[in-house]
Amino acid sequence: MGIHRGHRARPFEWLAEKTIFLVSLSTILVVFLIFLFVAREALPVFLGRMSSALIQPAIPVAEIDRHPAKELCKYLGLTPEQFAKMDRETLKELLQVKIEAQEEIPSEFRSDPDALANTTLWHYLLRPHQWTGYTKPSFIWQPVGQIKKYNLIPLFVGSLKTTLVGLLFSVPLAIGAAIYVSQLARPRVREIVKPAIEMLAGIPSVVVGFFALLVMASVLQSLLRYETRLNAFVAGLALGFAVIPLVFSIAEDALTSVPRSYTQAALALGASRWQTAWQIVLPAALPGVFAATMLGFGRAIGETMIVLMVCSASVLSWSVFDSARSITTTIAAEMAEAVSGDAHYRILFMLGALLFAATFFSNLIADLVIHRLKRRLEGKA
Amino acid sequence: MKASLDELSRPSRHFRTVRFDFVSFFFTGLTGLATFLILAILAVILANILFNGLPGLSWRFVSTIPKKDFFDPATTGVLPMIIGTTFRVLVMTLFVIPVGVTTAVYLTEYAPASALVTRIIRAAVNNLAGVPSIVFGLFGLGFFINFLGRNLDALLHNPGPVWGQPALIWASLTLAVMTLPVVIVATEESLKAIPPGLREASLALGATKLETILKIVLPQALPGILTGGILAVSRAAGEVAPILFTGVAYYMASLPHRLNDQFMDLGYHVFVLSTQSPDIEKTRSILFATVVVLLLLTFTLNFVAVLIRSRVRKKLRSLA
Amino acid sequence: MMKKSILLGLALLCATASFAGNITVKGSDTLVILAQKWAEVYMSKNPQVKIQVSGGGSGVGFAALQNRATDLADASRKIKATEVAECLKAFGKRPTEYKVALDGLSVYVNDSNPVKELSLDQLLAIFTGKVRNWKEVGGSDSPITVYSRENSSGTYEFFKEHVLKGKDFAASAQTMPGTAALLQAVSKDKGGIGYGGAAYGKGARALLLKKDAAAPAIEPSEENVIKGLYPIWRYLYVYVNPDLDKGEIAAYLNWIRSDDGQSAVKQVGYFPLPSHLREK
Repeated sequence: MGIHRGHRARPFEWLAEKTIFLVSLSTILVVFLIFLFVAREALPVFLGRMSSALIQPAIPVAEIDRHPAKELCKYLGLTPEQFAKMDRETLKELLQVKIEAQEEIPSEFRSDPDALANTTLWHYLLRPHQWTGYTKPSFIWQPVGQIKKYNLIPLFVGSLKTTLVGLLFSVPLAIGAAIYVSQLARPRVREIVKPAIEMLAGIPSVVVGFFALLVMASVLQSLLRYETRLNAFVAGLALGFAVIPLVFSIAEDALTSVPRSYTQAALALGASRWQTAWQIVLPAALPGVFAATMLGFGRAIGETMIVLMVCSASVLSWSVFDSARSITTTIAAEMAEAVSGDAHYRILFMLGALLFAATFFSNLIADLVIHRLKRRLEGKA
Repeated sequence: MKASLDELSRPSRHFRTVRFDFVSFFFTGLTGLATFLILAILAVILANILFNGLPGLSWRFVSTIPKKDFFDPATTGVLPMIIGTTFRVLVMTLFVIPVGVTTAVYLTEYAPASALVTRIIRAAVNNLAGVPSIVFGLFGLGFFINFLGRNLDALLHNPGPVWGQPALIWASLTLAVMTLPVVIVATEESLKAIPPGLREASLALGATKLETILKIVLPQALPGILTGGILAVSRAAGEVAPILFTGVAYYMASLPHRLNDQFMDLGYHVFVLSTQSPDIEKTRSILFATVVVLLLLTFTLNFVAVLIRSRVRKKLRSLA
Repeated sequence: MMKKSILLGLALLCATASFAGNITVKGSDTLVILAQKWAEVYMSKNPQVKIQVSGGGSGVGFAALQNRATDLADASRKIKATEVAECLKAFGKRPTEYKVALDGLSVYVNDSNPVKELSLDQLLAIFTGKVRNWKEVGGSDSPITVYSRENSSGTYEFFKEHVLKGKDFAASAQTMPGTAALLQAVSKDKGGIGYGGAAYGKGARALLLKKDAAAPAIEPSEENVIKGLYPIWRYLYVYVNPDLDKGEIAAYLNWIRSDDGQSAVKQVGYFPLPSHLREK
């Protein structure tokens, strides 16, 4: 657009253009930073460098001089600068605190083989383990207590369970509505229905969660008579409310972007409106509908407040009428009390990084599909 | 080519034309029912909340700062939460509007459409829109507080953390990052709606490209930018997950008055009231009333945005 | 013009960013309402003192204490060794611990449940998932649903250490983000059982507890908790950097533990410390 001018003639113009370009790069930078800084906090767990063993070898206070400074630093978790500033009394006090921590361990845990285990290793994070007191190897998420159990599988199952219920409920409804609104409804109906559904998107998720907890949970239990009042089913339905407007608007967009000549041709050939929508428009827009579902998946698996308020037992069960604990719930509920820098804190960040990766790829796929669809429809129309 | 023409000329091959097509009727009804069901869900939620919430709503409720116990329906109020929420979204707009608008200007006015970098920026914008809100919260904690804030404290030789702790500014920045795509998409839409003739005329009269953008394009796009800003504000006002670790406080006796203060928040207060109250029956009325206040805030903003946007779209249609 | 004034306002906001108020208190959400009550009463009697209270969690309070972002840290649990170590690294001393109130933990069941009392052993069996039906503890033949608190709460940790003896909660235990949510769940669930601080909820009631099968069943009343008869209770704490424990702050801490300060405790659902427990 316009005549190209050299930057010598207009240095200010050139500078402004470069600045605008640089600012627009910030979106890329931000996506990169999000991944970098979430993953950075989780790195020691990824690399297996954390230790969460309950019983650790302790250095008696009297032996302070027998150990080199470097070893003491590592043992006490000090940086060399901190170590240099520390006086001898404080150092002794630190050693004493370490010993006290070991002495505080209740006697029944001293002989427990699990007390020696570093439970942040991948083996413990992903595979079942027979913990003391359990009758069989199990997947256990119990991050607070003497022996910290960080198995991630119950959380993955919880997230998938609630998300699948949400999608099974919301996607058919949203796509049905998108077909109706974009193809079958009269223009006047469309003008009312579309903003109304978009209004649903305007309800904050904390309000949906509140509604599910206080109203829906009881109503659904008295209707369906299941045992656990707050379960993955209720959470999934509530998630569906949040997903419907997203899936609807993207699917509707894809359906409307099918060229009018397609519909006109079909109608001219004597097809009914439904036949046109179902056999002509929907197949043409199918990738868009698929992308809408992918984005809905990303939204549902990343939704926090709804699941946090409705259900959160870390039980490993595929039944939707049992409770479930999602990844997002776990992060939101436990981060505030996790000690900055310890194993629990880092594992929560790792969950965040995994969640980011999951939504990153589902978005990427959706993005590519929509892009190709748009090009195809524009190119061939 | 010929074969397909032959196919097309046989009208009854795929479609049976009948007076009353039961299948069509049935499925039209089914999709209509889906639409109706969604609207019904919306209506039930809103009706339930308004029915239970309006009785508890009063001028005293929205203008009172709770002094001793915010679980006491007789004396509590939500003024600090309204102020906290307003404050955090206002600070957010100061960051998100300039960056968002500039990016949109680059994408529509400067970016070579097929260049790889343009594709990547667009992909990043789409991606950012899909990042879960809790991940933004983690990012705010890891980047703004633990990295930026702590380094700022070290740089300024603060005796304790002034910036390296949850604060209004970090919550606002986190939300700004989250709502960036909303602003970019809305601004882009309105920039595209401006007829190219306007730009060409300006350029032909000797204005530079930058002058054209600043004096011709942006003023024309103002309603769209406004829409983007309002949509971002309404989205951010209701979000709780990103501010959980970056600045929200369970209780603050005083209103936030510095950028590094923590703040109370309407959405978080809904969460607190519905999960932490010592007597759920007694606090029911204030819980519903707080939800109504939050909904009024987000819906009013949304409604204004939708109004402006529909005007922009009408203009776009009349120009096209 | 407007943009300029906004920028100016922002600059002013940044410039005034510093420590304000005389005493800052931060920590456990369990204690935040009580801490605020104390602050209100104290400030009305000593108008020259300003006290700022905020919550966030016991861990948040300890982190702030290490960083000197707060003067006092409220906690619903004892400080952990790692947190003491962090304090030592930051200011070279162990923080001073003050016990400021008692909290009796109640075990709640649905109103319609015929079970009126349980022993601690039975509680352990129920909450670890060994006993799954009410008839095994003298109730009707119906399944037990266990409700627990979020594992980030001090209440969860206390219950796990002292009632479950460090054993894990049943995996099927539903974790609730607050006492209110828990009470509401129990009141709606005929087979429900849960625990939490003193609270009131229609449809749920607190059980009487026995130390062991032969002991008498004790009600979680104020008198029983203060006398130490009721088996599950805990201290609530305030921690302070010993370097700061002088002047206004020391006066405030002394007042909290005086009869005057302790009289506020009852109004928010906790129990005042008996005088022999008011030492550090």
